[in-house]
Amino acid sequence: MELLSYGAVELATAIKEGKATAVEAMEAVLSRIDAMEEKINAYVTIDRDAALEEAQEAQKKIEAGVLTGVLAGVPMAVKDNLCTEGMLTTCASKILGNFVPAFSAEAVVKLKQAGAVMIGKTNMDEFAMGSTTETSAFGETKNPWNLEYVPGGSSGGSAAAVASNECFFAVGSDTGGSIRQPASFCGVVGLKPTYGTVSRYGLIAYGSSLDQIGPLTKNVSDCAAVLEVLAGHDTKDSTSIQREDTDFTSALVLDVAGLRIGIPRDYFGEGLDPEVKTAVLAAAQAFAAAGAIVEEFDLSLVEYAIPTYYTIAAAEASSNLERFDGVKYGYRTPEFDGLHNMYKKTRSEGFGAEVKRRIMLGSFVLSSGYYDAYYLKALKVKAMIKKAFDDAFANYDLILGPVAPTTAPRLGESLSDPLKMYLGDIYTISVNLAGLPGISVPCGTDKKGLPIGLQLIADRFCEKKLIQAAYTYEKLRGAFGLEH
Amino acid sequence: MRSCAARLVWSIRKGQGREMALQSAKQYETVIGLEVHVELATRTKIFCGCSTEFGGAPNTHTCPVCTGMPGALPVLNKQVVNYALAVGLATNCEITRYCKFDRKNYFYPDNPQNYQISQLYLPICRNGYVEIETPAGKKAVGIHEIHMEEDAGKLIHDEWEDCSLVDYNRSGVPLIEIVSEPDMRCAEEVIAYLEKLRTTIQYLGASDCKLNEGSMRADVNLSVRKVGAPELGTRTEMKNLNSFRAITHAIEHERERQIDLLLSGQQVIQETRRWDDTKEYSYAMRSKEDAQDYRYFPDPDLVPVYISDEWIAEIRNRQPEFRGEKMARYREEFDIPEYDIGIITDSKHMADLFEETVAICNAPKKVSNWLMGETLRLLKEKGMDAGDIRFSPQNLAKLIALVDSKAVNSSVAKDVFAVMFEEDVDPEQYVEEKGLKTVNDEGALRKTVEEVIASNPQSVEDYRNGKEKAIGFLVGQTMKAMKGKADPAAVNRILKELL
Repeated sequence: MELLSYGAVELATAIKEGKATAVEAMEAVLSRIDAMEEKINAYVTIDRDAALEEAQEAQKKIEAGVLTGVLAGVPMAVKDNLCTEGMLTTCASKILGNFVPAFSAEAVVKLKQAGAVMIGKTNMDEFAMGSTTETSAFGETKNPWNLEYVPGGSSGGSAAAVASNECFFAVGSDTGGSIRQPASFCGVVGLKPTYGTVSRYGLIAYGSSLDQIGPLTKNVSDCAAVLEVLAGHDTKDSTSIQREDTDFTSALVLDVAGLRIGIPRDYFGEGLDPEVKTAVLAAAQAFAAAGAIVEEFDLSLVEYAIPTYYTIAAAEASSNLERFDGVKYGYRTPEFDGLHNMYKKTRSEGFGAEVKRRIMLGSFVLSSGYYDAYYLKALKVKAMIKKAFDDAFANYDLILGPVAPTTAPRLGESLSDPLKMYLGDIYTISVNLAGLPGISVPCGTDKKGLPIGLQLIADRFCEKKLIQAAYTYEKLRGAFGLEH
Repeated sequence: MRSCAARLVWSIRKGQGREMALQSAKQYETVIGLEVHVELATRTKIFCGCSTEFGGAPNTHTCPVCTGMPGALPVLNKQVVNYALAVGLATNCEITRYCKFDRKNYFYPDNPQNYQISQLYLPICRNGYVEIETPAGKKAVGIHEIHMEEDAGKLIHDEWEDCSLVDYNRSGVPLIEIVSEPDMRCAEEVIAYLEKLRTTIQYLGASDCKLNEGSMRADVNLSVRKVGAPELGTRTEMKNLNSFRAITHAIEHERERQIDLLLSGQQVIQETRRWDDTKEYSYAMRSKEDAQDYRYFPDPDLVPVYISDEWIAEIRNRQPEFRGEKMARYREEFDIPEYDIGIITDSKHMADLFEETVAICNAPKKVSNWLMGETLRLLKEKGMDAGDIRFSPQNLAKLIALVDSKAVNSSVAKDVFAVMFEEDVDPEQYVEEKGLKTVNDEGALRKTVEEVIASNPQSVEDYRNGKEKAIGFLVGQTMKAMKGKADPAAVNRILKELL
């Protein structure tokens, strides 16, 4: 039990110092999974033998002094939309239910090079479309804090696995809040990096211009360490950025004195749960008490973020998901009459309702005669939203607000009202539209005992400011997490 | 080249009076625009590092990117942009400094992502033209745009197994599409335009432009309208045209078909038609109503391409001397016939070979003769193009020197050339090794001639009786006895002396 309470970096240190082994860590995680999975369902695929074998390999290399990475021997969970060579990668969809990639995502390759050991693939909303992990073709994941509630999404499996100690850290992807929101609902730390910081090669695309891979961790120190491993230029991804300032762990400094923090009034209006509001404003107070300059301002354009996001993301998704057609890989309908019928039946049977809804929406906004009115207009609004953030960052180092308007909803509540579910993304999606980094840090619980997340947003390439502020806040706040 | 008007003769139809038909058809003019796809000569594909080489075993030149595997991402091959820029500059286009790639969405198994990466909104080149020669003089054909895109894979239908298989070796091979303005009025102009494009692109080394192999493909957009009408008629698009001959015939047939429709009070339907070259007939593939909505949008996986002044200058500096300039220079520099100049400069490879050989031997007429004579003959015999010539200028110059010095006679030279054409052998070495040198030993030659005279009394008598032709036989016999290694002029002289 004690081993499981370690953070990822703590564990790596313990293993390096000979206080624990990679195999012990993996065995502990696997027995934890045995105890919890039936209730939580955080994973889609677990390969126990491969995980143990890899852990043994890692331990040997650590002892031989050839594996010295910052995550050497640490068991990790990977969202099921990141390709893993030789291991099922389903995107929680029937259409990829049997798909085994021939290569691993660049992010996975980097984590393995740093010594992390794969446990398995975590559950998610189908093709990352959803905010609750209920649209998965392989059953919903439950919130470890209360099994009646959703873990958030789409990286709900990753967040739940971290919260329930079913892994030492996880990676997810964030297109409109898919790392930060489940991190918030599950009381863990989640960071979405500046667009282009982590290679998307091997990430099965949802909205290519918005998708970013990032860490979900038990604490801010782990978050910085994992991000440091993930970040880096990749020639295989044209949108990957060359940046030198990826020594994120150097920002683990206790100091917010003089830090200028802006609180957008627009984020605290109608629809925000009072308990969430209170907790987030209390966190703002803590920053002010520690010497930060905290003030309110008007960000503007917040109400346009949701229609803009759902237009752009759905448009890109409608095209990105065309390759799932039953021809080359994945599910193919058993009986069909000709090519057209094969396409139609395969895709009708292979995709779930939410994915179909977004494909239809995306196809519509791109169709002849509507392109200018919807897609092109959305791109223009996206540019305006980016400009609004640019203006804000002329005055502030960071923007502080809630991650989501509420804590986790009950299971089943959101599926019946997709529009309500979309509205839940209001504070996270602008960050993707503007390509900014954002972090979610737990800042309390509501009366139901469900975690509340604090969101910090920085200008492009300013992850270090995020990490330093989040790290300082974490220390001010004190211990947080589920009692296991 | 026949004039455009002469083509009207084709419009004489069954059941109509010749004069009437001619008169009616004369009221119409043909308007043609072309969409030409050219496969670029890059070593690797447009968005991945796979080989573009033709003819590998199915799916051997593939990777996750060009087979549309989940998670794979495209990365642009810079050489594709270089070639597109070179073609754009050579065709007087404006260069789009900030150009982007768009996705063209349509479902078909030869297209592994079910979208083709192409350019719609910001193509790399726009508003250009090429100049063609017509009987009425020079004419500019406008280029609407040139854009870059990827080729699709190949579907193979297995009738025996009743299934279809896909080969993705061609998937992701780079193409440019050159879209002309509707500026052409007859098949001759179309062919002149295509020939101009072909030589220009070949000179740039951007493609070998072979219609029969598909590295150059032309779709013909054609409409007819009353002469002088300000508006264009309804057009059709003709596909599957694999030769200049097919293009010419398809244009003539389509023109007639449309005029017939209009004359009989019907309308032309906007549609895509497929040309069947064996039946000399086209049939409708799909009408505008069935046209797909491609839902074009900018590809978010690729970043925009910014083309700087420096980049353009670099490409401009590397542009070769094009055919027109080369022909003018040849007229100045070399004393060879206009016909030869035309043939030699038709292929940059042949022109290079010519110039390099002349630089060594300084005998343009002799070099030209070898190219016009034996080279063209062998190319035709073997079904090859000038671009396929393999022998080096050094070896051709050596062969010319061997003939000049009378080291070999012309018939031996032709034999040696044939070997050189195949294997690019060094003619000096080859002649030496095979013992093909002309025997210039007067005594030996005289001895052989005496032997031939002695053993052919009948021919000798015929000659002495005034049959001039008989000496040809005796020369032949001598050459045979000398195994071809004699100078026929010397043999002739000695024979006449002795007889």
